[in-house]
Amino acid sequence: METKPISPLRLLAKAALLFLGLNVLFTAIHPMPALGGLSLYNRVLPGRQRLPYGDDPQRSYNLNLYSVEAMFASHVLAGTPKAADEYRVFVIGDSSVWGFLLENKDTLAAQLNTANLHSADGRRVVFYNLGHPTISLTKDLMILDEAMQYQPDLILWPTTLEAFPWEKQLASPLVQNNPQRVSALVERYQLPVSVSEEPQSPLSNLFFISQRRNLADLLRLQLYGFAWAATGIDVYIPEEYERHAIDLEASETYGSLQPPLLASQLAFDVLAAGVARAGDVPVLVINEPIFASDGANSDLRYNSFYPRWAYDGYRSLLAAEAQAQGWHYADLWQAAANDQFTNTPIHLTPQGTLQLTYELLKTLSTQFDLTP
Amino acid sequence: MGLLAGRAYARISRAWLLFAASALAVFWLQPAALVRGFDFWLPAASLGLAAIVWALTLPAGASFTREDKLAAGGLALGGLLLAATRYLPTTLLTASRPPQLELVLALAVVLGVLAWLAARLGRGRTAVLGAATLAVLAVLVDLKAEPLARSLNAALRSLSGQDATLATAFDLNWLGFSYIAFRLVHALRDRAAGRLGHYGLRDFVTYITFFPALTAGPIERVERFVPQVQASFLLGAAELHAAGHRLVTGLFMKFVLADALAYFALNPVLGAQTTSTLWMWVLLLAYAWRIFFDFAGYTHIAIGLGLLFGVRLPENFARPYSQPNLTAFWNSWHITLAQWFRAYFFNPLTRFLRTQQWPVWAVVLVGQVSTMVLIGLWHGVAWNFLIWGLWHGIGLFAHSQFAAARKGASPPARWQHALSVLGTFIYVALGWVWFVLPHPAQALHVLRVLFGLS
Repeated sequence: METKPISPLRLLAKAALLFLGLNVLFTAIHPMPALGGLSLYNRVLPGRQRLPYGDDPQRSYNLNLYSVEAMFASHVLAGTPKAADEYRVFVIGDSSVWGFLLENKDTLAAQLNTANLHSADGRRVVFYNLGHPTISLTKDLMILDEAMQYQPDLILWPTTLEAFPWEKQLASPLVQNNPQRVSALVERYQLPVSVSEEPQSPLSNLFFISQRRNLADLLRLQLYGFAWAATGIDVYIPEEYERHAIDLEASETYGSLQPPLLASQLAFDVLAAGVARAGDVPVLVINEPIFASDGANSDLRYNSFYPRWAYDGYRSLLAAEAQAQGWHYADLWQAAANDQFTNTPIHLTPQGTLQLTYELLKTLSTQFDLTP
Repeated sequence: MGLLAGRAYARISRAWLLFAASALAVFWLQPAALVRGFDFWLPAASLGLAAIVWALTLPAGASFTREDKLAAGGLALGGLLLAATRYLPTTLLTASRPPQLELVLALAVVLGVLAWLAARLGRGRTAVLGAATLAVLAVLVDLKAEPLARSLNAALRSLSGQDATLATAFDLNWLGFSYIAFRLVHALRDRAAGRLGHYGLRDFVTYITFFPALTAGPIERVERFVPQVQASFLLGAAELHAAGHRLVTGLFMKFVLADALAYFALNPVLGAQTTSTLWMWVLLLAYAWRIFFDFAGYTHIAIGLGLLFGVRLPENFARPYSQPNLTAFWNSWHITLAQWFRAYFFNPLTRFLRTQQWPVWAVVLVGQVSTMVLIGLWHGVAWNFLIWGLWHGIGLFAHSQFAAARKGASPPARWQHALSVLGTFIYVALGWVWFVLPHPAQALHVLRVLFGLS
């Protein structure tokens, strides 16, 4: 082998230039949104029935990521052109909509689909699960904003008190990691929410430093898609899990809020922004079922989430706001039997989801003329 | 900088540097063991075994040279210094705090005495070399057979004051022992056959524990390795380029391709969860390519690292999935393992069977099937590896009979060659079903799904 001396300085200089050039290029073209839209789903792989989310990727073949573009690109919705005979309904909301501890076939959207509804003009009604397992109206608004490009005819927005306090609006990691999206919505709808878009450090815009996890997530989402396609599994349901509490603490606290609950303490503006963003598309706001305990201290609290004063106050405020704003509204807080809750006071069993579905079908029939 | 380092490296003596680096790397690379202290004792045992086998394989009349004594002293002193790091606030090279100095000192003395005895007893005596070979293989079997490994680990846990009931077969992860054992057996058998040259302790220990090839091979031959260590070497641009190319290729294969395919490569859980024939094939093909990229990637890395130190390790893969038959596949997949088994098992066995007047077809059948079964069991003493070995042994026999029947026929047309490549790949891929699934019932389920029978 011919031996030539190495010039280590030249070698290092070339490497540094390449690294710098790549970073400058990356920062200049800002390719993350475009990269998020590139997806094997709906092409090589079947689209997912619900948005990607998974705390245990190796067992659920699913993962948490922050790219809204990638989340939607992986959803079956992105690969389903709206047919002329389709009446398209999006179901947005939290983990109870997404279907925590539920297989795809047991989620609210899936059970609504089994009802084979038709609209008054004869179109078949198709429900899409666009829930995401964090509780925040602002997160829901962000998803609704992205979903509007897929031409819904109706939006169902099940929600609960936990999504309303202002302090919870930015708590969702999905919101925190999409400051530009949220800022645009905050600005457009004049929401009293303060979103920081400042980078954490001057280096945080650099490719390898700030975006490597996001890039890896995009790749992982594609790779887990093969196992999802092979098995149809996108959630890990353990045989044993900790059930929600029945006996409750003798406490009436609810975050930093004190009785009486005031409308100004709840993010009705965000709900209104969602209705406004939907434009001509009707939005049905649904107060979703909660577990109402009859155990210890149930005179003080409904469950581990809610003291009675807060939840009762929220229900009456939401009903009043819906009436005042002319929103479509259904209060289904007792639509599921108490023995049909799983690990939290809002997560339902398949049977509990079916009970909610029955109640919801009545509302859809009376308010929107959607019938089997 | 590289040139300067290269010159300094050549001056100090590359052989000594490689010896020291390999001996230390055995400790550094050893993962934590669940039996207390064994992430120190296992690497120490690797070095001790290397020294004892070196002594056993010394030619008659050879005596310890100054270099051998220096190497032996270096090993003992290195072990003691490493043990002394137990007094530092943090571990340096070992996965956990090394054992007490006096225990390490005692081990060094015991190993020294054993090596001295081995040098006295060995001297080319076939019986002693045979017994040593069996001893090395016995350790290998003990580690590979789950019930034996569990019993051993329970005993070791008891000795170290740990709860023996918690013992599993995987408490001891003796890094690289599968390959170390093959190198040791190679030396012992070649000494018994009178083929082994005379090597110093330093170079022999470096050969056994050469760090680039410690974890996943390839299995180099000592007569090819030692002269490379002893030759003068200067790291220049050409060497760096060649090494860099292999390293980048290997890293890409392992950490990009293999690790990506691992997300959906067939495994027991996915095999049980998948009911679609199409997707089961996707999982199986992903596994077939994953295992190739993983192993071939490691080999590239090992060869690249070797080149940085002036040692050209042998190739282990040569486009195995492009081969038109199973014989060609086994000449291009894990080449050095197949060569090892050919040299130390297949050839002696078939020679013996021929002397017993067995018909040729029976010699081939027994030779190929038993060789492949042993290769299977080397991965672990379990039914699935046994069946995988049988799968390949029977496949090799069938091909040898087919090739014999076609002797003198015209070479295959291009389409026939392509079909042969595809057929061989599918046969190998189906074999991986046995390999990856620990229970034959799981494998049968997957095979049924693959053929739409489930």
